[in-house]
Order: sequence, then C-alpha cells, then structure tokens
Amino acid sequence: MSNNSHTVTVTINDSTYEREVEARLLLSDFIRHELRLTGTHVGCEHGVCGACTVLLDGQAVRACLMFAVQANGRQITTVEWLAASQDRLHPLQAAFREAHGLQCGFCTPGILMTLLTFLEENPHPSEQEIRATLSGNLCRCTGYQHIVDAVESYVKRKA
Amino acid sequence: MKPASFKYLSPDSLDDALAATAQHGAEAKLIAGGQSLIPAMNFRVLQPAVLVDLNPLTELNYILPGGDGGMRIGAMTRLRQLERDPLAAVRAPLLHAALPHIAHVQIRNRGTLGGSLVHADPAAELPVVTLALAARYRVQSAAGSRWIDSSTFFNGFFDTAIEPDEIMVEIALPPMAARTGCAFLEVTRRHGDYAMAGVAALVTLDESGVCQRARLVYLNLGDAPLDAQAAAGLLIGEKQSDELTVAVAAKAAEEEIMPMGSVHASINYQQHLARVLTCRALNQAFVRADEWRMTNDES
Repeated sequence: MSNNSHTVTVTINDSTYEREVEARLLLSDFIRHELRLTGTHVGCEHGVCGACTVLLDGQAVRACLMFAVQANGRQITTVEWLAASQDRLHPLQAAFREAHGLQCGFCTPGILMTLLTFLEENPHPSEQEIRATLSGNLCRCTGYQHIVDAVESYVKRKA
Repeated sequence: MKPASFKYLSPDSLDDALAATAQHGAEAKLIAGGQSLIPAMNFRVLQPAVLVDLNPLTELNYILPGGDGGMRIGAMTRLRQLERDPLAAVRAPLLHAALPHIAHVQIRNRGTLGGSLVHADPAAELPVVTLALAARYRVQSAAGSRWIDSSTFFNGFFDTAIEPDEIMVEIALPPMAARTGCAFLEVTRRHGDYAMAGVAALVTLDESGVCQRARLVYLNLGDAPLDAQAAAGLLIGEKQSDELTVAVAAKAAEEEIMPMGSVHASINYQQHLARVLTCRALNQAFVRADEWRMTNDES
C-alpha cells in the first residue's frame, strides 16, 4: 500500500467495517462504494444539498464534507438503520409515506437523518423550527409542505 | 467532483502538528472542521500536497471563562458547542447571536471557530463578530507563540496575518464593558445562505445614556470584515435618536462600505441593506445597553 493509503475501522449501524482507503476518499463515497450502503445519497458534493447527511457519533453531519480516514474509530448511523425490516418502517418514515413527504425520494435519507437528531433534541417543534431545520436539505419535488406535514403528524402521534 | 490526491497526516499532539507545519510549510494545508476546505478541495480549487488534520487535537477544544471576565475559546471548538454554551450566551452575547446564522446545524456540528477565522471569508460571520468584540488570537509555531489583534489579522480575501507554519490555538474575548449593548443582523436569500449583507453593532453608554464607545463591523461589504470607524465615531458623545442612527447608517452605507455586488444582490441593494440593517442593529444595541443601565445602575 502507498503512503496515501490508510486503514479505516468504523462502526456503522452496529456493524464494524475495516477497509484500506486512499486519504482523499470522501466519507460519502466510502459509505456507498466501499461498504455498498447506498441509502446515503450524494447530491452536490460541496455541502449544500444535505442528501448525504449521516450521524457521526449521534450528530448530523455532511458525509461529503469529511474524509473517510477522519471517521476512523467513530460510530456512524445511516438511513439503513431506521427501518426494523423491509415492511416495518421507522415511525418517522411511516409519517413521510402517509403525508406524501417525498416524491422522487432522493433527498429523503438526508432529511430523515437530519430530523432524527432534531426531533430528539426538540420533541415539540414549531412549524418555523421545522422549516429552519429543513433549510439545510434541498428538496426539489415537494415544495417542503408535505415534509412539514409529515413531521407534524409524527410529533402529534408521538405525544 | 473528487479531491486530488494528498498526503494525510493526523498528528496526536499540537507539538507533532507544529512539527508537520514546520516541515511542510506552504505546501501543507491544515484541516479543522473542513466545511469550507473540503468543498474547495472537491472543486479542486485547492490541491494541497499535504493535509494536516487538527481534529485529533482535543486539547484545542474548550470554552473557558477568562480571568478578566472575558472568555478563552480553543480554536478547535465546534460552532454547535459554542452555540449551546451557557457561558458564551452570557459573556459573549454578540457571538451567541451570530452563531445560528452560520450555515446549517450539520455544518456547525463540524465547523470550528479557529477554522472560520483563518479561512477569512469576507462573507463569514465569525471574523466580523470577533473583530467587533476586539478579540485577540493566539497562534503558535514550532518557534513559539504570539498574539495577533483581530484589528490587524484580516488582510483581504481569504488572507490573514497567520504564517504557513503557524496554527491558531486560542481566541481570547475581552469582557463586555458595563452598559454595553450589541446586535447582530444579516439578510440572506434563504436561511443558512451566505448573507448579502450583515452587521455587528456594539454601543457602550455612560451612566446618563451618552454613547462612549461604538463599533460597526460589516460582512460581505468589503474584501474583509469591514470596520466602519467613521460612522461609529458619529455616535460618540451622543444620545440615541432616530436622526443620529439614520446619519450613522448613511455615512457607513455611502462612504465606508465597499460592496461588490453579485447575482444575489446588486451594489445598490447591498447599500440599501447596509443602511437598513445599521439602523435596526443600532436601535437594538441601544435598547440593550439601556436595559443594562436600568437593571444594574439603578438597583
């Protein structure tokens, strides 16, 4: 291995992975191409669209704004962690389905991961707070209204 | 869009990081939060030969009260940490007010105070706010450390007084003087975008409400944080009035700021924003300084 190659060990959704990677490999590409966890989407690759949002030690971050080597020894949660099985969605995912909170679904993984930590910290958000949080994730289909509806119905059901 | 190849160094200590900057000099780039650096590398605007990762240096991540009543903040402190810090809310309300305007939570979870200052984007909030607060920055090299005053730190577009072999380690904020009020305002097209214009305002009053000190620093209205000293000077020795704030705003907008215009905002519109934001920010700062006076002086 060249001196640009590094061993990365990460725990993702309770499984531990070890790979040899080039230093320049983005965390987003590591997750998708090396680990084949393709639920995390890649949109703009410069931190604007939010599609690649994952949780790093429980905090929402852009996976395209980190190198995979920087995740060595860390714990990552991706959208694959949400649903217990193919037919048992996470309640937040179920709320999205019911409220029509997605159309093409490209932005959805990033939005779900962003909302997960947001709703943990802020279990009774106002509409304005929901919209402010969603500002970090671009959606070109829904116009956001149905996403806001989904979050509100999830919050109401949880109360 | 993938970054060019680089040699990655991940030092365990500040000494090791300083040895790396001493060895590699300008061909090395330091990575803090990476929230501006990695986009630039993805676009290949920047292709550093060596990347020195400061993230393992947890000793540079702290928020402490300064002995003088101010604050000492480690350069690798994450913005989200600062945003939620109760001490920062009390001792540095201007900083606290500006933080939620910076990009989005996902970015603030990674982005650092030192990283933003050294990056020195003229549209960024933290250079403006720390300059308005008369912060000092401690930078260190293998040869030793020095303090740089925020008033001499920013040279222009992405250009600062820090040398390639130096690492910013600490930001010192002086205490807020008695009867000081502050405000931070900016206007963006969308929440979290770079602002078309923004201002940090600070006023310090005497016991009778006469302005003794004032500061107006603008973002994205010049090639660096723009310190409108002549406009702020008009406030000295005066009590608040609408005529005064309007005159100050006009002086700043017409004579001092240097807006460049963009697809988002024409130069005229940026001037308009500067004028409106200055009035609003000064009014808020005066109200807060007055509140301080009422609660503390007369009790």
